Amino acid sequence: MNPELKQLYQELIMDHGRQPRNFHKLSPCTHVQQADNPLCGDQLTLYLDIKNGVVQDIAFQGHGCAISMASTSMMTQAIKGKSVEAALTLFKQFHELIMSGESSENMGRLIVLSGVKAFPMRVKCATLAWHALEHVLSANDGQAITTEY
Amino acid sequence: MVERPHQQPSQQQPSDSQSTVISGRHCLTDEVRHQFPILHQQVHGQPLVYLDNAATTQKPNAVLQALDHYYRCDNANVHRGVHALSERATWAMESARDTIQQFINAASREEVVFVRGTTEGINLVAHGVAESILQPGDEIVISAMEHHSNIVPWQLVCQRTQAVLKVIPILPSGELDLEAYQQLLSERSRLVAISHISNALGTINPVAKIISIAHDHGIPVLVDGAQAVAHTPVDVQALDCDFYVFSGHKVYGPTGIGVLYGKQVWLDRFPPYQGGGEMIRRVSFDHTEFNTLPYKFEAGTPAIAEAVGLGAALQWFSHYRQHSLWEHEATLLYQLQAQLKTLSGVTIIGNAKEKTAVCSFTVAGIHPHDLGTLLDHCGIAVRAGHHCAMPVMDFFNVPATVRASLAIYNTTEDIARLIKGLEQSMEFWQ
Ligand SMILES: Cc1ncc(COP(=O)(O)O)c(C=O)c1O
Repeated sequence: MNPELKQLYQELIMDHGRQPRNFHKLSPCTHVQQADNPLCGDQLTLYLDIKNGVVQDIAFQGHGCAISMASTSMMTQAIKGKSVEAALTLFKQFHELIMSGESSENMGRLIVLSGVKAFPMRVKCATLAWHALEHVLSANDGQAITTEY
Repeated sequence: MVERPHQQPSQQQPSDSQSTVISGRHCLTDEVRHQFPILHQQVHGQPLVYLDNAATTQKPNAVLQALDHYYRCDNANVHRGVHALSERATWAMESARDTIQQFINAASREEVVFVRGTTEGINLVAHGVAESILQPGDEIVISAMEHHSNIVPWQLVCQRTQAVLKVIPILPSGELDLEAYQQLLSERSRLVAISHISNALGTINPVAKIISIAHDHGIPVLVDGAQAVAHTPVDVQALDCDFYVFSGHKVYGPTGIGVLYGKQVWLDRFPPYQGGGEMIRRVSFDHTEFNTLPYKFEAGTPAIAEAVGLGAALQWFSHYRQHSLWEHEATLLYQLQAQLKTLSGVTIIGNAKEKTAVCSFTVAGIHPHDLGTLLDHCGIAVRAGHHCAMPVMDFFNVPATVRASLAIYNTTEDIARLIKGLEQSMEFWQ
């Protein structure tokens, strides 16, 4: 298998894809957000507990490909404990990373997802949960998110 | 048949090889494959193996040349110019209609309506049924095996007319539950809409039987033939279906063109689908007199080149459309399924006795979408997803499947490459 594939499916991604972290329901919580990718059938539910402008806790349930599961899992780890403002900044940085490959400092392990850039058909897999997160944090109403615009 | 204009530039004749009869001695696929230029390329450094034929088929030289010839020599608008080019364009398009009529054995060319594809054909019929037949409480019968394009138009129509959608269930084998079907029919049933071959499972439905049962109750039947025309003989008079729809691009023709066959009694009864040029005979501000069939349903400038291309595709395909082709595809499907079963963790979704050209499967521990990417890097094109048949996925309790689908140009070697690609992918995934 070629190097691009190895870059896409790095060990860390495979690990999170197989054993996603924070993979459970959160109750009670302040926000629940559905996220669907109708193209491939990925369906995620994101749970957030936001108090005093801080994401106190975050978890998710659902099913999807390794990329979407890993991206969501790593997102929950990166976001937990962050202020809403800092989380939104990270969303923008992550988006930038996936779309243009440009990485900012303090992205930490999320960098491993940058391999997705070489696979345009898979970008939606990596960004699905992040769009759902952004939707919640920007305080839109609780409509379902899809990556099909 | 339409009359041929005098100055018709010489049309591309089918090459000798196209009329070669396939036999056990003759290698069909070698002869066919060299007529498909697109197949001879590398993808990610590997020779392309194209197994996404249920999504769309590739186009043979005969079709590419027909499109090229049309635009180079004959292009004009149809049915309205008195000049030579318009006459030729009209002739080319109307001959394509004749080819289609023969291909599906329609009783008359008036029953062959050009549409954009299966989806538009179904929407046209749904519109006609809603406008001229449906009353609140009436019922439309579809199946749980349908493509979204044979579900959503009916849902919309039901919402608008307060009709009710009834769904024939699937059995775990991937076949339709015909007993449940008979129970479902009632005196309020107004139409049965059913796929000839399932795009997600490959099941060949017993449409002749389904039609005859419906007709016993006086109910008309629409057959979605999108997956069928390239893989099984279609004779609309023998089937006695009231409507038959298919897309050109799934039978080696261009995108943007398809066919609605409808029995004249129904098409006469339906109001026009769209208003505009071409579909009228006379317009004043008080009154519009509609054109005759099939033009009543062909408002606006049609997809002329695509219609010509579809005619060329069906003519080309007619040379091969015989028992040995169905056998070739059946053999490949058999080989594919037998070899898939030797791989651990593989589950084939849909095991109908009558099945063709489509094989959906899952591999334990690897999401279909990831598998699609891995196979792509082996040069193998398959489809990963729900195949626009979410109710089917729900029934089998899978979010998605990988689907390998066959066409005339696939070979035993393609199957071997897929199996090897799967083995490599599974190893990579360890
Ligand atoms: C069974 C079936 N019906 C309908 C369609 C829709 O065809 P089109 O998108 O060409 O209108 C398809 C194509 O995917 C199909 O497989």
